[in-house]
Amino acid sequence: MEPVLKVQNLGMNFGGLRALDDLDLDVGRNEIVALIGPNGAGKTTFFNCITGIYPPTDGDVLIFTQGRDSAERINGLKPNKVTEKGLARTFQNIRLFLNMTVLENVMIGRHCRMHAGVLGAALRGGSTMREEKKVVEDSYAILEKIGLARFVNEFAKNLPYGAQRLLEIARAMATEPFLLLLDEPAAGMNPHETQELDELIKKIRDEEGISILLIEHDMKLVMSLSDRIFVVDYGKKIAQGTPEEIRNNPVVIKAYLGEEVDA
Amino acid sequence: MITFDEIKKAFLVSIWFMFLTFPIMVIRVNPVEHIVEWRWKNMLVVGIGSFLLSFVWNYLMKRKELGFKKAESGEETGTIPLVQRILGEKKIYIPALVVAGIFTIAFPFIFSLYQTNIMVSALIYVMLGLGLNIVVGLAGLLDLGYVAFYAVGAYAYALLNYHFGISFWIALPIGGLLGATFGILLGFPVLRLRGDYLAIVTLGFGEIIRIILENWNEFSFGPSGIANIPRPSLFGINLSVHESTIYIYYIMIALCLFTVFVVNRLQDSRIGRAWIALREDEVACQAMGIDKTKTKLTAFSLGATWASMAGVMFAAKTTFVNPASFTIWESIIILCIVVLGGMGSIIGVIAGALVLILMPEYLRAFSEYRMLAFGVLLVVMMIFRPGGIIPNVRRVYTFQGVKNTDKS
Repeated sequence: MEPVLKVQNLGMNFGGLRALDDLDLDVGRNEIVALIGPNGAGKTTFFNCITGIYPPTDGDVLIFTQGRDSAERINGLKPNKVTEKGLARTFQNIRLFLNMTVLENVMIGRHCRMHAGVLGAALRGGSTMREEKKVVEDSYAILEKIGLARFVNEFAKNLPYGAQRLLEIARAMATEPFLLLLDEPAAGMNPHETQELDELIKKIRDEEGISILLIEHDMKLVMSLSDRIFVVDYGKKIAQGTPEEIRNNPVVIKAYLGEEVDA
Repeated sequence: MITFDEIKKAFLVSIWFMFLTFPIMVIRVNPVEHIVEWRWKNMLVVGIGSFLLSFVWNYLMKRKELGFKKAESGEETGTIPLVQRILGEKKIYIPALVVAGIFTIAFPFIFSLYQTNIMVSALIYVMLGLGLNIVVGLAGLLDLGYVAFYAVGAYAYALLNYHFGISFWIALPIGGLLGATFGILLGFPVLRLRGDYLAIVTLGFGEIIRIILENWNEFSFGPSGIANIPRPSLFGINLSVHESTIYIYYIMIALCLFTVFVVNRLQDSRIGRAWIALREDEVACQAMGIDKTKTKLTAFSLGATWASMAGVMFAAKTTFVNPASFTIWESIIILCIVVLGGMGSIIGVIAGALVLILMPEYLRAFSEYRMLAFGVLLVVMMIFRPGGIIPNVRRVYTFQGVKNTDKS
């Protein structure tokens, strides 16, 4: 399959602690890939390394954008540059702009696709006004797609928890990514909400053509969504494969449940 | 209803205050006659006064809690601040604007020279407040050295005029540019800092500028300052002091309108949203593709531009500058204007500046208690209206945003 993201030998040290060790991972076009592992396995660190929040100690993060033959190396880029390249993420502990409205939160996502500067904003010329109008319309369209249109005027802080999670996804989608990185999108959701999220993620993949890499602990969701699953433990990849393969992999079972003791 | 508990509480409060103020209110040592006076009457006054005040305080606190409960249970009719609701009504808004406009234009002819002068100072603070509002209110960068940029502007005009005879109207844009440059210069080293650390560094920067001005005699003429700075010129016409004060008043009004115009447009723009996002969450803001460096630097340099222009105005108004005008105290006053008025709110900052600058002038009779009143005002405001006199107006913008979508 044609890849969009390829991570090779990724390593990350925090002082003497090796949080990620020699990780390989790839995401294909229109694929949903899950990254699972016990708590503290290094999943979020992996996301942070890819999105530029931490510069990885070693290894390569390569992206393959449409209309470009060769791979592009993005490790070491600042987070905003990574987002500009087309990778957008959500956060495990929700990080919305709480004192802005839902619409404005999504409009922020559009920031890097806009051009108005200080002078443009002060003069409010034709192009700035057109851009501004388009952003409002686009953002509203995204909210409708995600199913948050009824909250458009609310402050983000007043939203129910599940809706806040969705707003993070909406905001990330506003940056026009080709790959969406979701960090525990179903955390704290009830089964009904999780079911809706399942459908939403599939819809984003099918209708928008966005590939998805997600970290998730809800195994039902992971098994239902993923085309492939990567399992990490102590910063190392211990298994990879289809949901079926992972379900029966003894190494994975050991990592999650501990070793069987022979009587 | 007054319950026994409340009476008990108020009683304890009054006892506590009597005890607290005992050394200053009751004891007076008379060194001439070598006796100690015991002014028990004062103690009684303090006791009764604090007893009554404690009742009022309790009542207000109860109302506040009631308000919270209402907000929680969803009865959020009162969430849009009164002033914003009034301004939302065109019927009230337009006549109010006309009246305010006429009053503003007629002000120097109705009131005395002294009043006009006070008003000009207040307007300078309006401008400073609006400038700092960009940095603190919108971008959330706590800048305690803002007065440094004010000094840069004032000295820019004073020195350019002294050495090269440059006039006010040329010095104004030069001062603005110089301020922006200094804003970026300060911005670079503090890019990584936020919160308390940023506050400390900017505080230091403000003091450095003042100390340089105070000690570098060859450059800035030290503490004696620079005198005889010309007032703004009007096509070469010679103006008397009175006329030129009125002239400065109108220039200030124009500059303030210009500031409001620009800041208002900026805060609803791509840049303004980026500032607010930066204030709300720095990591998420970057992850959404906003260049943190650029955004912070624009905030700093734009804020500094306005401070600097206000500084040029200040030099032209007082015709004299020296470092004593640019102490840390000025920075704090400007910060108070922003916080008290309402962070991020333009009308709020204007109201804050007028209240904080005009009030001490008109309450000269109580000038000894000025700082006391100031402190009490701040504490009371922060408890009962943490959003400021007129809180943030962003919500109004949002409604417009939705209307736009509905139309299309």
